[in-house]
Amino acid sequence: MTLQTEPRRGPRSPDALVEALGAALAPDRVRADPVELALYGRDASMIEGCAGIVCFPLTTAEVAAAVRISRAHGRAIVPRGSGTGLAGGAVPVGEEPPVVVVTTKMDRILDVDAPNRVAWVQPGVLNLDLSREVARHGLHFAPDPSSQQSCSIGGNLANNSGGPHCLLYGVTTSHILAVEVVLPDGSVVVLGGLDPEPAGLDLRGAFVGSEGTMGIATRIAVRLTPLPPAIATMLADFPSVEDAAAAVSGIISAGIVPAALEMMDAEITAAVEAFVHAGFPTDAAAILLIEVDGLPGGVAAAATAVAGIATSHHARTVRTAADPAERALLWKGRKAAFGAIARIAPNYYLHDAVVPRAKLVMVLGEIYRIAARHELTMGNVFHAGDGNLHPLIVFDKRHPGVMERVTQAGKEILEVCVAAGGMLTGEHGVGLEKRDYMHLVFSEQDLRAQAWLRDSFDPGGWCNPAKVLPGGARCGDLRSVPPGAWV
Amino acid sequence: MSGPTATGAASAIEDPILAAFAEEVGSAGPVCVAGGRTQWEVGGPPVAGTRVLAAPRGVVMHQPDEMIVRVRTGTPVAELSEVLAATGQMVPLDPPAPERATVGGVLSVGRSGWRRLRYGPVRDALLEARFVSSEGHLVKAGGPVVKNVTGFDLCRLLVGSLGTLGLLAEVVLRCTPRPRRSQWFRGVGADPFAVATRLYRSSCLLWDGTDTWVLLEGEPVDVDAQAASVLGSAFAEVAHPPAAPGPGRVSVAPSQLHRLAGSSTGFLAEIGVGVVHAHDPGAIAASLDLAWPPRPTDDVAALDRAVKTRFDPSGRLNPGRVP
Repeated sequence: MTLQTEPRRGPRSPDALVEALGAALAPDRVRADPVELALYGRDASMIEGCAGIVCFPLTTAEVAAAVRISRAHGRAIVPRGSGTGLAGGAVPVGEEPPVVVVTTKMDRILDVDAPNRVAWVQPGVLNLDLSREVARHGLHFAPDPSSQQSCSIGGNLANNSGGPHCLLYGVTTSHILAVEVVLPDGSVVVLGGLDPEPAGLDLRGAFVGSEGTMGIATRIAVRLTPLPPAIATMLADFPSVEDAAAAVSGIISAGIVPAALEMMDAEITAAVEAFVHAGFPTDAAAILLIEVDGLPGGVAAAATAVAGIATSHHARTVRTAADPAERALLWKGRKAAFGAIARIAPNYYLHDAVVPRAKLVMVLGEIYRIAARHELTMGNVFHAGDGNLHPLIVFDKRHPGVMERVTQAGKEILEVCVAAGGMLTGEHGVGLEKRDYMHLVFSEQDLRAQAWLRDSFDPGGWCNPAKVLPGGARCGDLRSVPPGAWV
Repeated sequence: MSGPTATGAASAIEDPILAAFAEEVGSAGPVCVAGGRTQWEVGGPPVAGTRVLAAPRGVVMHQPDEMIVRVRTGTPVAELSEVLAATGQMVPLDPPAPERATVGGVLSVGRSGWRRLRYGPVRDALLEARFVSSEGHLVKAGGPVVKNVTGFDLCRLLVGSLGTLGLLAEVVLRCTPRPRRSQWFRGVGADPFAVATRLYRSSCLLWDGTDTWVLLEGEPVDVDAQAASVLGSAFAEVAHPPAAPGPGRVSVAPSQLHRLAGSSTGFLAEIGVGVVHAHDPGAIAASLDLAWPPRPTDDVAALDRAVKTRFDPSGRLNPGRVP
């Protein structure tokens, strides 16, 4: 393995690169036509980049070959899963358009060891597909992003993704035991292990959430979690956002850790109800979706306590799902929120900040004032239990000047969250979107230490360049984010 | 539209107590931190001539409604536990000798406690770390919120690094509610693997090759119900788990633990976790075809060295220790 910085060789013709990649993979899995390059030049954010070539490996060896060949041709590599990321982490940028290595065709569940609650999967396996596959063993993969029908385990690993149930079960890193990685020099290494305390540093932990900047995951050992024997899913509706937020703090203060604790404001509730007809009260200022799970006694006690706390904070009604079908409907409403919002206006911008729970009321108030000041339509649907806010601005980008207002509002929202003791992102990642805001929460020394880690894996900056760390934290990074990055 | 420019930068850490610790660490010469020395030999002792410091002590702030606690790393675990217990919370680190073991020591060594099966490894408790770098600067990793992916995960890298990448000064830990009931059970001659698959969220399952011990925690009604329906009459309530047969410790994939059946070497295995406590860990490892002492593969070791070289180019932090 080479860990020396090496000078990038001059660009060769793209044709030669396409040919070399085609020979190593298969010609039909290496694409360079303009439509495909445009498609893979962006992810689910609004940031547009430029893909040089797109390739679809099937095996670890093919990923390693793609990395080595790209480097030999002076091209950086951008790993990509399903492209559902919201922070531009999979958007290829750079003077020489990078090679995008897409893992969606590496979609096999390799091994399920149900008694030991471990599965080996390829990175392109979809999150929900894994949970469906292991459900017959009474198990599931606990991280459950709202995009779980379309996001991949590899992408979850790269972003250390969350989801509603991470409040109790923990985010992705708590569910990754080992990962086979193609390093930026093309060598292959396994980080972590199935044993509890592998020798050496916890490089597995360092790699999870590194947003594709330290290599490409090619095989992943995930921890599977038993399905809970009992579940209570409750919907409480409140006359004010403040009451709902206070109920959230009340629940946590009472020593209850729900499996999930989600809030939707009136704007979102109305959009969702029109979309999925889950019976959400559209005249409520805010609703909480609260789920407690576990053994029956604990669930019953927690459900009773939660209902009491909600009522004491002026909940008008507390409805408990009577059966799995009703529970599924309530969750469908929550997870379809972003699709529902698309019916209001063609564009939306979803934020992802995290604040101390006790500051929810204050921060939400500020966020609504910011939206009003910039004359923007905004809804809030978020993981209230862990303080993970998702202000959602809906707009039509064809309206002149709206992008500037969306941008400015987003910046002010982040500043409010940071001033309240929060952080920039709870689960979506930094990517390109927030890298130039890292200074808001980290000092130069803090950022240097993060650059040490990245440089240990990728001293030449070949893998997903320009992401996560602000320009200047590392040599050779882009000095500024491309146009459209903060929209 | 042009890209954003950040307004103002987060300032460096200014806490005078942490600053004094950073000053003590300085920027030159071999240095290490001693906690309660309860796991001092892990990774080998520091080389002779290494300056030995103590980390700052004290619980800075416990926020029960956020379920987080900010604590200086020289604080004994028992002292932290006492503060948290006042509001019915805990951080289940569970080290041996908690009255002496310090928070920083437990995190730096990274070994999990008895209840890992339920509460996860030590690293999952760490939300923010403030550490002194090899250059003598105070550096922050992570943040004081329970969910956060802002930047690379240096917190997990630091846990178990034996102070070779930076010296922990202050941390924010995730708290969890104390269970209303906590009860050990012992099953003489019981099959631990059969029990393991039928229990839901048990806190600990131990097996010495003959008997099985189970720790059930939670609502009293659930503890009683699981004890009756899963453990049955083969198990009886006991006050304590058995003592570990020795300080030795082997890390084993849980799927391999059944191979310890009939072992002539004394052991106590954490079923479902894979930590095996033994007087003679080398013999346990040999019986499972594991290398002893455990070492990372050459390619992982090269990455370990690459990380170490960047965090501590002169090798002054805990010289002689290898994670």
